[in-house]
Amino acid sequence: MDALLSLQNLKKYYATQKAVDDISFDIQRGSIFGLLGPNGAGKTTLLRMITGIFYPDSGNILLEGTTFNPMLDIEKIGYMPEERGMYKKMKIGEQALYLAQLKGMSKAEATEKIKYWFKKFEMESWWNKKVEDLSKGMSQKLQFVITVLHEPKLIILDEPFSGLDPLNANLIKDEIYALAKKGSTIIFSTHRMEQVEEICDHIVLVNLGKKILDGSVADIKQQFKENNFSIEIKAGSSISSNAIFTIINDTDAKYLIKINEGYTVNNVLQHIIEQKIELIGFNEVLPSLNEIFIKLVEGTHAGARAFQNI
Amino acid sequence: MNKTWLIIQREYLSRVKNKRFLILTFLTPLLIVGLIAASIYFSVSGVEYRKIAVIDPNGFVKTSLKNTNQINFSFPANVDTSNYIQKGYTDILILPQFEKGKKSDYILRSQKSMGLMLQESISDRINSAIEDQMLQDAGIQQNVLDSIHKASQVAELKAYEDKGSSSKESNAGLAMGIGYASGLLIYMTMFIYGAMVMRGVMEEKTNRIAEVIISSVKPFELMMGKIIGIGAVGLTQFLLWIILIISLTSAAAGFLPSDLQSQVETLQQNNGTMAGGMMQASESAQRIYDFQHTISTANWPLIIFCFIFYFIGGYLFYAALFAAVGSTVNEDPQDAQSLMFPITMPLIFSYIITNMVTQNPNTPIAFWASMIPFSSPMVMMARVAYGVPSAVTYWELALSMLCLVAGFIFTTWLSGRIYRTGILLYGKKVTWKIMFKWAFKKA
Repeated sequence: MDALLSLQNLKKYYATQKAVDDISFDIQRGSIFGLLGPNGAGKTTLLRMITGIFYPDSGNILLEGTTFNPMLDIEKIGYMPEERGMYKKMKIGEQALYLAQLKGMSKAEATEKIKYWFKKFEMESWWNKKVEDLSKGMSQKLQFVITVLHEPKLIILDEPFSGLDPLNANLIKDEIYALAKKGSTIIFSTHRMEQVEEICDHIVLVNLGKKILDGSVADIKQQFKENNFSIEIKAGSSISSNAIFTIINDTDAKYLIKINEGYTVNNVLQHIIEQKIELIGFNEVLPSLNEIFIKLVEGTHAGARAFQNI
Repeated sequence: MNKTWLIIQREYLSRVKNKRFLILTFLTPLLIVGLIAASIYFSVSGVEYRKIAVIDPNGFVKTSLKNTNQINFSFPANVDTSNYIQKGYTDILILPQFEKGKKSDYILRSQKSMGLMLQESISDRINSAIEDQMLQDAGIQQNVLDSIHKASQVAELKAYEDKGSSSKESNAGLAMGIGYASGLLIYMTMFIYGAMVMRGVMEEKTNRIAEVIISSVKPFELMMGKIIGIGAVGLTQFLLWIILIISLTSAAAGFLPSDLQSQVETLQQNNGTMAGGMMQASESAQRIYDFQHTISTANWPLIIFCFIFYFIGGYLFYAALFAAVGSTVNEDPQDAQSLMFPITMPLIFSYIITNMVTQNPNTPIAFWASMIPFSSPMVMMARVAYGVPSAVTYWELALSMLCLVAGFIFTTWLSGRIYRTGILLYGKKVTWKIMFKWAFKKA
């Protein structure tokens, strides 16, 4: 196991709540890692500890096997916070240059990299413009470039696609894949489950400051599967619920069924064949991450937490 | 440290390159010079000519009432309050029957009301005319009286301050002027640059770039970079002003007629007198020399050193506090107003003390106010103008400077702690009580 980052028993308590309450997990080198959770779950606090903005109250952060030292390791990290921020009056090129230099790049090196990325994203004409002239999506692209400019080993993206049109979202998505392929590790924090399902290898779900789920996307789906299958039969024939399975949903000749306890897929198939019904399609239906998320988080009053005292 | 330097550079260059900086830097001195010129112009051109008819039943002020280039007294017959305007007089002055030792009113009637200065001048003239008359009644000849008047105008106060064996010419008026001007300048710059720091911090917080930067540098580095960068802008502005003033005055000197210049030079060589046998210096040459001589009595190197020291010290002291306030403000700039109050109060209070100290540099309140870092940058400047060590001893100056350094180290430490919590905290209304908690909580 080659973990780039491991968090061990991290805790951060504020006066009014336990923002992060004993969370541990590892992130593999080169993986795209999804950090999920409802609003106020403690994701931002967790990310701020990983970026060295906050110190944990207790617990360890190991980067490449050694204790994380914000003074030295900060340059290995690129962080794109959820709330994007730029100097509105500063020229875009100068701004990128300034932020890159703050990450420890030399001026010449930074200039070269900025030119490379600006060309790649067709932003060359922006150099002397000001941020206040950019649309939301445009400044999003700029923020992404600034985040990855210094080739960090760990890239942390908090809601990177919000405000982007599908074209630009794809552009960024492709870039995320490319960076992961080149060996960067990406932490991806979002509420958009379909994006997570599409992009992430591995996810952790936090709620109320605690980790409630940790695993690869495929494993988690297996873990939460509910024996649901979709069946398509020849038009004109029909099936109905019986001892073997229950029909959850039917439209025309397509059915969504749940196999009752004690029975297997073979029992279902046998039943259909015995009924002399012509089978066209039969598939397992795995739950979407969205469903898993809702199932786990619903009813925990996660949203109300901010106003409760411990 | 390298990153702090980058931040300083950005803060400095982004402001100095700004058009507003250039306009402000070059317009402010022009504005000040313009204001002075305008006030001189209006006080000269605003002078009105008064032709006053005097009705004097005693008949004795006629010889003693002197005309000036502003006032002309005449003693016509057949003029009274009903017809003085028709006869071409602007005012009519009616003196009462004079009785010895009794205070009496005289009446001035005018077409247009008369300014306070002019009224006082007329009043003085009448009283001195009466005085002259009484002296003459007592048997003093007119020519004796005239010579006494002339002779009594020659004495001029020259104050010296004793420094051990040597004594140095001192000038209270100049000291007051320097003290007041430098106190005012420091007061204004504390406000201007302190507010600039606060706005800068607020800008970074509200447009959310703070989080991006703080993932690269420590909050304290960001705060210090901003404070130092803006302070450097202030110093640059002062430097440009000094250059501007020097070049303007030397340019103005170039416009003086050459004989006037050579007279001023002679005066300079001979300590204020024309060499024997030579002609008397013209009035304007004498004035220029006097002005230059007065200016030269001040200890300029010390004053400039102290000014720069107290500007930097006071700026660091207050800017840190302003930065702390800026870091706690959310979206609403109005929140800043109430939080700024505890900072602006001591500033305004110090300014009031400074005004008092420019006249009395050695009262107990002046001493204490020049030790406490809240007020010492302004108050000590007002005192230093009176001379070191005559008005302020060396140990007082050293102690005051030490207190200021300790003061700004403390406020910077305090603000650093408030700042690092405040800058990333949104949506919470912060009070001074909460800020205090942040400052003194553990780690």
